[in-house]
Amino acid sequence: MTGRDGRSRRPGSARALHLPRDLHPVAWWLWAIGLAAYASQTTNPWLLLLLCAVAALVVAARRSDQPWANAFKLYAVVAAFIVLTRVLFRIVFGSGDSGTVIWDLPEIPLPDFALGITLLGPVTREALLSGLYDGLRLGTIVLCLGAATALANPKRLLRSVPPALYEIGTALVVAVTVLPQLADSVRRVRAAQRLRPAPESTGFGRRTRRLRRFLVPVLEDALERSLALAAGMDTRGYGRAGEATPAQRRVTGGLMLAGLVGVCVGVYAVLDSTAPRLLAGPLLVVGLALAIAGLVSAGRRVHRTFYRPDPWRWPESIVTLSGLAVAAAGWWVAHHDLAIAYPDVTLAPQVSLAALAGVAVGLVPAVAAPPPRRLAADLPVPELQGAA
Amino acid sequence: MIELRGISLRHEDEHGNPTTVLDGVDLTLEEGELVLVSGPTGVGKSTLLGVVCGLVPRFTGGSLDGDLLLDGASIVHSPPRERASSIGYVGQDPAAGFVTDTVEEELAYGMEQLGLPPETMRRRVEETLDLLGIAALRDRDLRTLSGGQQQRVAIGAVLTMHPRVLVLDEPTSALDPTAAEEVLATLTRLVHDVGTTVLLAEHRLERVVPFADRMVLLDRSGGVQVGEPADLLAVSPVVPPIVELGRRLGWSPLPLTVREARRRARALSLGSPPDPQTTADAAPTLEAEGLVIARGRRPVLRHADLALRPGEVTALMGRNGSGKSTLLWTLQGGLTRTSGRVRVTGRDSVALDPGALPPDQRRHHVGLLPQNAADLLYLETVGEECDAGGPGTRAVLDRLVPGIPDDQHPRDLSEGQRLALALALVLAGDPPVLLLDEPTRGLDYAAKHALAVLLGELAGAGRAILVATHDVEFVAQVAGQVVVLADGEVVSHGEVRRVVAESPAFAPQVMKVLGAPWLRVDEVVAARTAAGTGRGDSR
Repeated sequence: MTGRDGRSRRPGSARALHLPRDLHPVAWWLWAIGLAAYASQTTNPWLLLLLCAVAALVVAARRSDQPWANAFKLYAVVAAFIVLTRVLFRIVFGSGDSGTVIWDLPEIPLPDFALGITLLGPVTREALLSGLYDGLRLGTIVLCLGAATALANPKRLLRSVPPALYEIGTALVVAVTVLPQLADSVRRVRAAQRLRPAPESTGFGRRTRRLRRFLVPVLEDALERSLALAAGMDTRGYGRAGEATPAQRRVTGGLMLAGLVGVCVGVYAVLDSTAPRLLAGPLLVVGLALAIAGLVSAGRRVHRTFYRPDPWRWPESIVTLSGLAVAAAGWWVAHHDLAIAYPDVTLAPQVSLAALAGVAVGLVPAVAAPPPRRLAADLPVPELQGAA
Repeated sequence: MIELRGISLRHEDEHGNPTTVLDGVDLTLEEGELVLVSGPTGVGKSTLLGVVCGLVPRFTGGSLDGDLLLDGASIVHSPPRERASSIGYVGQDPAAGFVTDTVEEELAYGMEQLGLPPETMRRRVEETLDLLGIAALRDRDLRTLSGGQQQRVAIGAVLTMHPRVLVLDEPTSALDPTAAEEVLATLTRLVHDVGTTVLLAEHRLERVVPFADRMVLLDRSGGVQVGEPADLLAVSPVVPPIVELGRRLGWSPLPLTVREARRRARALSLGSPPDPQTTADAAPTLEAEGLVIARGRRPVLRHADLALRPGEVTALMGRNGSGKSTLLWTLQGGLTRTSGRVRVTGRDSVALDPGALPPDQRRHHVGLLPQNAADLLYLETVGEECDAGGPGTRAVLDRLVPGIPDDQHPRDLSEGQRLALALALVLAGDPPVLLLDEPTRGLDYAAKHALAVLLGELAGAGRAILVATHDVEFVAQVAGQVVVLADGEVVSHGEVRRVVAESPAFAPQVMKVLGAPWLRVDEVVAARTAAGTGRGDSR
């Protein structure tokens, strides 16, 4: 790696790269997808738990103090919920598997049309375990995505979209900001309405009327804010026309349209095995190429620049490569060590050194990524207009 | 440089009756001048600014006639985004127009849209951070900034595009006196050093008149007068107190700055100064002791004491974000306090803690008019709102602003009318204590005077009133007592003449000119009439 050479030549340059800064969000996402890819290729509980531990460790080591960094907790709760539901389903809907019965519940008879479905019944250890492994796999994937959400700044990620999709990216950013504002105005309006007498409302439609008089000011507020934001964006040059000629616009539109049609037909052909093979692969590739050409052509017309774009330095490459390595290790284990990737529920699951090492590579970002920037300590909270 | 030729704007109501907002406005803005747009509420000041930056009629509707020229080229049909590189616009509420979430990104946003090269953007952001004195805020979240800081960031965000004209709608209305001075100093610096043309509308003329090179005075019929501030203020229906004083005393030319007025006032023989108001020694209606509020681990109020007596109007002043709104909501009971005691003694002499009452009962003990009065209104017509308030509400409303038709929608009311309707609804609970949060925003001098008279009457009826405001002139008119809040603590509390005399930032213009204890123009005039030297009403 260049970093090693750099370090030997210029002492201190590695330290310079490790000064606090935000890692490129795309690098975090690629790393997390790598972890999730490993998780999707195994049901081995030890490996899955290890993957969760790796994700949690990296998050603990490298997350910032920004609001989205708390998302990891939420994802952990969701993952735990997924595991629990899978296990509960195995208990409630029975399993039909033969094996060691550990809990003999009475079976509830179902009518004939529900043939093949049993409610409760004897719970076997094997059924429970397979439910647990399955749930763990899904939970781990969710947790890996949660790690990416907690580590990467969502707004910076949206800024990394290709220029042609800039407008969509902005719309998403605005949508993200509107939600907390909406919560804020709900609180304000609720507090304000307690300050006045309520109109007499009795009998029919009382509840709708109450909802309405609460919603009207909130929605009005939201509408006013959106208009003010739109005015603010417009007066600052958002959506300035590029220098595209009508002909260029037609070419771009045509490319995009043809590309999308190609991709749709191609995906259909790939999934439908009866379709002619000529349609499948080649059409998909051609469609993708056309769509990309369209995006590039549209992007070239966009006359817009980025202020302080996130740099891509070697820590970004290392984080991305570690994610790729984890995914590759997962693929290798799944294809060469089936007994370890998908352990038999009747036996205690085993792990191999290669499988463990593959997961452990995922820990690299905890050291290789630069520590996040800390915000200035203890920022004042904006004054709120009352809460009840 | 910018030329408005015969600009007219008309709206049509649902019956097709046209109302004229602007009628044949001709105006030329020169390089590097600061032009002030003035006039009573609702004459179309914001509309005129909107026409220049392109938001009117695109965002508001209406039909526009006439032509707008930038360096001789017509731009009347180009949308705001195409004008962005030469005309920068900062709206009334800067926070509502923020697109990104940190100061630095906000400053760069406009330049990104213009497609400037990264090195230029970097350089201009740094220059602007220094020019506006906000370099320390560069990484801050925009929502955590104070009002004055937000206003300066909003100005900076358009300055980075190097516009030749800066259009500002009420840039100091929401700011405390010190923050307003900072923003105005920034604007003057731009005009003098960079040669930017500034076009601004403002209700608080006392703040901006000294800085204006020329003035545009709008009237109800949609016409304009353009001229030197001294000439126009002699005839304007809205004037700052200092001009009012000059007019009453027959000074000519009219003084526009405190310094000029002070020189004129040297020769002035005044009668005996007004008697200091005797403080009522009635038992306080509302008493608060040792109020502490913490949000998370950050204290918002630390140990605030307060007593409001019946028949007295108290003004609550302090910086943006010093905890004024928080204090009001705590007194009302809507915000739970961390510790401390609040007691309200009503006419029945029973002491109650409003925070311990059920939320729907509180309004009978403490009335609160929140900052955004429109939050209170949700019914479809003024008539319905009055019915909801009970039998006396319509009478109260008619006393405040007579003649609002029953079938009008509350959202179509003017700022002052809406405030009056909300106040009438708050008063429907007949509370012994009335709290008002920034009630003068968007009101012109006449409306503010009417509100001051009304609050005086309400206090006369035995209510205890607390008004949170930044408006020192309004305080001089309405309040007997002043409480100054800083960093969550009460730093001074006492009779208005004493408190504002101690602090140059909170002193009204008349006091700056004539010294303590003079507060208001009418006092001066009355004292001179009594002494037999007054010219009476020289208008």
